[in-house]
Amino acid sequence: MIIFDVKNLSVYYGEKVGIQDVNIEIYRNKVTAIMGPSGCGKSTFLRSLNRLIELVENVRVEGKVLFEGKNIYDPDVDPVELRKRIGMVFQHPNPFPKSIFDNVAFGPRIHGVKDKKKLEKIVEDALRKAALWDEVKDRLHDSALRLSGGQQQRLCIARAIATNPEVILFDEPTASLDPIAASKIEDLIVDLKKSYTVVVVTHNIQQAARISDYVAFFWMGKLVEYGKTEEVFENPQNELTEKYLTGRIG
Amino acid sequence: MKLSDKLFLVLCLAATVFGLLVLSALIVYTFYDALGWLDLQFLTSPPSRFPEKAGIYPALVSSIYMITLVGIFVLPLGVGAALYLEEYAKKGKLTRIIDVNISNLAAVPSIVYGLLGIGLFVATFKLKPGTVLVGALTLTLLVVPIVIVTAQEALRAVPQSVREASFALGATKWQTIKEVVLPQAFPGILTGVILALSRAIGETAPLIMVGMATTVFVAPKDIFSPATAMPLQIFMWTDMPQEGFLHGVAPAGVIVLLAVMLSMNALAIYLRNRFYRKLKGW
Repeated sequence: MIIFDVKNLSVYYGEKVGIQDVNIEIYRNKVTAIMGPSGCGKSTFLRSLNRLIELVENVRVEGKVLFEGKNIYDPDVDPVELRKRIGMVFQHPNPFPKSIFDNVAFGPRIHGVKDKKKLEKIVEDALRKAALWDEVKDRLHDSALRLSGGQQQRLCIARAIATNPEVILFDEPTASLDPIAASKIEDLIVDLKKSYTVVVVTHNIQQAARISDYVAFFWMGKLVEYGKTEEVFENPQNELTEKYLTGRIG
Repeated sequence: MKLSDKLFLVLCLAATVFGLLVLSALIVYTFYDALGWLDLQFLTSPPSRFPEKAGIYPALVSSIYMITLVGIFVLPLGVGAALYLEEYAKKGKLTRIIDVNISNLAAVPSIVYGLLGIGLFVATFKLKPGTVLVGALTLTLLVVPIVIVTAQEALRAVPQSVREASFALGATKWQTIKEVVLPQAFPGILTGVILALSRAIGETAPLIMVGMATTVFVAPKDIFSPATAMPLQIFMWTDMPQEGFLHGVAPAGVIVLLAVMLSMNALAIYLRNRFYRKLKGW
């Protein structure tokens, strides 16, 4: 089942090209990894899926991103509504300087959930799904900034889950974590695809191989290769992909 | 350590010591003069021709009254302008020009604001000169650029990553500002406001321009009452013929002014630390 159907997507920062003419279909309840070297446009691509790219000044988006059949760049689409359905987790854990509870409850609250019991249930469910509940259940009202880096990142995942999205985008979610914390996040990502569609940007080739069902390789703003992860890794069709996977470029 | 290094260290130390020495000499001297004059009678009495009977009460009330009003005016104006410039306005030539000019405005001599105040509030809006309201409005004009600049810095210090986190959760711009940006910028904004108020409380020239008396004998009852300010009153006292004014009453007034100012600064530091601690989760 296709959830994102991206057609001829180009993103420009002023005169500079971010990504050019990207066509890709992303499948529901799968983990799709976007890999490539720094500056290849993989983050730009990810951020154009929830229109977060529009926070950058002088950005210009061309082409279409069909999300469940509807182009999210149509003038009648409200990016705020869209982002409720597409959660995002960032490279550096970025919890709000609020309590653990208030971080997870942030989304539901701004979307109008006021009932305390209901909020408590949402927070507990989200923290359980993010495999953080057991570690924090006794100190929900402590500041989120007192958690370790890995815990903060799982808190950010819980925060994204709490708005009940259909898709969760990850922008290099383990880049700033130690290996043990990173492997926990990887396990979690694989687990999350049961309930969500996951798109992960990574520059870590092994990580893409471990966690993804589909993998896309970006090079200098262009989508070079896309396919099932085993197929791309075992039998890359493009010479650039092969060079990247074998570490000769990157 | 090399000789040149040592020499430089000594120079820097000397510069520090010089500044501190002069300041403490001034404070000690003023305190010494004020000794015996600064008492409850001084704090609660109106001014008088006789130094023993003179007090600062109406000036103290005037100053506190005006500063409170300035605070009420300057907070929404300064924060609103800073929010617009940092969060809403497109970054371009125009906003850069506005930014630079706000910084320039913060450095314009205060007498110019006095002229503006009399032209705007007295001549154009026909407000009664010399009142609490006119004084407060004029001081507001004077310090609003300071608040804008510090509030802008505080807003800029809020990391982009938490804004992105908020937007990615489907928050609107206003929700992001209200729930995420302002709470984090608040300690910085608060510090700016209180520093601006301490600047305002020491101002003299613009208040003379808008027709404020150097002495009033009754504390202002409402914002339309004639008022003075502590620096004006102190200036007036230094000009009196009796020895007791220059070397007694005026220094006592200076101590009261300093006490009010320093407590405002202390409050700013206390509040800032408190909010920071809360933000950092200590």
